[in-house]
Amino acid sequence: MSDQDISQVKKGGAMAAEIKDDSKLIVSVSPHLRSEESTSRIMWSVNAALLPATIMSVYFFGPSAAMVLAVSIVAALLSEYLYEKALNKKITISDGSAFLTGLLLGLNLPSSVPFYIPVVGSVVAVALTKQLFGGLGFNVFNPALLGRAFLLLSFPKLMTIWKAPTAAFIAMDAKTTATPLGILKEEGMNRLLEIFGNKLNLYVDLLFGNRAGSLGETSAFALLIGAAFLLYRGYITWHIPVSFLGSAAIVAWIFGGQGALFAGDPILHLLSGGIILGAFFMATDYVTCPTVLMGQVIFGIGCGCLTMLIRIKGGYPEGVMFAILIMNCFSPLIDRGFRSKVFGAVKVKEAKQ
Amino acid sequence: MPLTFKGGIHPPDKKELAKDKAIRIAQAPKQVVIPLSQHIGAPCKPAVSIGQQVKKGEVVGAPQGFVSSPVHSSVSGKVISIGDFPLATGRMTPSVVIENDFQEEWTTLRDNPDYLSLPADQLKEKVKDAGIVGMGGAAFPTHVKLSPPKEKPIDVLIINGAECEPYLTADYRLMIERPQDVIEGTKVLMKILGVAKAFIGIENNKPDAIEILTRAASGSPEIKVCGLEVKYPQGAEKMLIKAAANREVPPRALPMDVGVVVQNIGTTIAVYEAARFGKPLIDRVVTVSGESINEPSNLMVKIGTLVSELITECGGFKTGAAKVISGGPMMGFAMYDLNVPVTKGTSGILALPEEGLVHVDDYGPCIRCGRCLNACAMGLMPSMLSVLSEKGFYEEAKEYGLFDCFECGSCTFVCPSKRPIVQFVRLAKSMVKP
Repeated sequence: MSDQDISQVKKGGAMAAEIKDDSKLIVSVSPHLRSEESTSRIMWSVNAALLPATIMSVYFFGPSAAMVLAVSIVAALLSEYLYEKALNKKITISDGSAFLTGLLLGLNLPSSVPFYIPVVGSVVAVALTKQLFGGLGFNVFNPALLGRAFLLLSFPKLMTIWKAPTAAFIAMDAKTTATPLGILKEEGMNRLLEIFGNKLNLYVDLLFGNRAGSLGETSAFALLIGAAFLLYRGYITWHIPVSFLGSAAIVAWIFGGQGALFAGDPILHLLSGGIILGAFFMATDYVTCPTVLMGQVIFGIGCGCLTMLIRIKGGYPEGVMFAILIMNCFSPLIDRGFRSKVFGAVKVKEAKQ
Repeated sequence: MPLTFKGGIHPPDKKELAKDKAIRIAQAPKQVVIPLSQHIGAPCKPAVSIGQQVKKGEVVGAPQGFVSSPVHSSVSGKVISIGDFPLATGRMTPSVVIENDFQEEWTTLRDNPDYLSLPADQLKEKVKDAGIVGMGGAAFPTHVKLSPPKEKPIDVLIINGAECEPYLTADYRLMIERPQDVIEGTKVLMKILGVAKAFIGIENNKPDAIEILTRAASGSPEIKVCGLEVKYPQGAEKMLIKAAANREVPPRALPMDVGVVVQNIGTTIAVYEAARFGKPLIDRVVTVSGESINEPSNLMVKIGTLVSELITECGGFKTGAAKVISGGPMMGFAMYDLNVPVTKGTSGILALPEEGLVHVDDYGPCIRCGRCLNACAMGLMPSMLSVLSEKGFYEEAKEYGLFDCFECGSCTFVCPSKRPIVQFVRLAKSMVKP
């Protein structure tokens, strides 16, 4: 509103006709106050929360890790841009969600994959899983995980060559080895202890990430730093991570042992594989998890139990990815079953009885 | 544990702009536009004709039917026009325009210091004749609220001093400037309703108001002042009843179904003035505030004064004023024309700058983050309501409690995609029957 308008309003007052034209006032519906939170701020915060894990992955796996991550992110952004351009939709690459999908996909790949693997994965994740279903908010499956599932089923060999962590930026030709869960599955607990020395060493190496695996899943410690940030900022709540990890730990303890019940090692199962990455960063994806908090607990328990079912009885050493994808299918159903309770509704039932 | 309800939000309260400004009597306007429908219910019939002289407090609109309320002249002078004029909401409403002769000549006002010994029926009649309606914004005729059907006994009166809308300080000023009148009004209301217990609920961000009213009520053990958690929408009837009396009003039911009547602070003082002096509701306190107002103020304004005059009185707009709101920022209306009258339900006039405003057409898809579910005081799923309404599934929206929503705007406040959720709800409500 210009100064002239203001003076007009100032002298307006008494006579209605004088300031008939208030056309410069903005008229919109209530509420007129909005919080500062925005979708892109949330997405970029989650990206930032993955920074410690990203740094650790480059530290342990060297330049090839950085390459995989970069290719994956660029391919995800390009997929989003080209798809939206082709369909004449609003370009949304700056909202951070495609970046996040690319980053998460990269963190879920081994460091040894050739460059076209993250490209294919990102295209499947962003263009097929997300955009084809209507874009952000409409996808049924977690895009990064479906991208990875596609890669695992299409390139089973390439997707399971694991480099040993070298923790040196220049070492280009690290040995290939198996992941701790792979060893546990194929050769058993004793072999695992043989490799890592003793149980304490095993736990410490798992905690800090000195082991073979996908880029981002190895350092539980770095992931937990990011998770603490997300919890502190309220971007995720405890419901899914706690129910996911808790149920997995219980199943691991009861059924994870060899030969006897209640002989499993829950700590080993929680620290290895992608369960921490999955529980805090993938299962909590807003779009593909239930929205009602009670439903989120059910969702988390489903993820935890399915993960352990696959790890113990399934054909793959690791089950986090399939567990989350399977539970993604149930999210809408869970939301329907666990509707929020309308204020005062219980009292009505009591009154009727 | 502070008293509260589940859900809700914490918008910046912005009350510091006007909270220390004592209530000041606004300049008398040259003319007033008095709408014949300032309340929920049947509009009034004009009781005057063009050219007629009226006194201050004279009835200019006679109520039609029980759920209706008379309107009175707020000035003495001459009726110069009767016709349709816009309200703050934009709706054209039959109104009486009176030219002020500045004589301030009242109809007969009589002080009756013994008002509390009058029978309840007579007191209620006085409230009705004074044209008192809920002054918190909804403007429901007060005498109707005070006439619950026999099968719904009332045992608790709650006075709503929460004033949870940001910026607004009108009730706050009344509480600290006229605490005794609040208590007296409460006693009148208790007598009319025949209840033995009353709560005055005030948010804890107004500790001085809590203290002053507690002191004022010290001689009346039946009136309890309670501090409520600072949370929007603490002043919504159902939320207030939950917090102060720990009773939950069932969906679609009214406070009277759980034995409670809620009255606003301004209304309570108006009831006192009607009971004691027979004074009709012809003025009210309006908070004029916002970042784009030069001198935020709390003004005692004659009903029918134009909003543009209040803005002039408060030093006009600062450069960059972009939006003017009638009411609070959460539930008020953005105005397109400032030449609309203050009515009995106008609690505030706010001028806001463009920065920070979210344009309604600039929203993204629902990312199902669930923030609105946790913010909803009614326990609804606003995300589902907005998506269903957006896609035209209005009937389906009813299954998600469409008509339980009272449009407080908490969901829309927290939505990171800036979706106009409340507006989607309004759309759906207009498309289907409850």
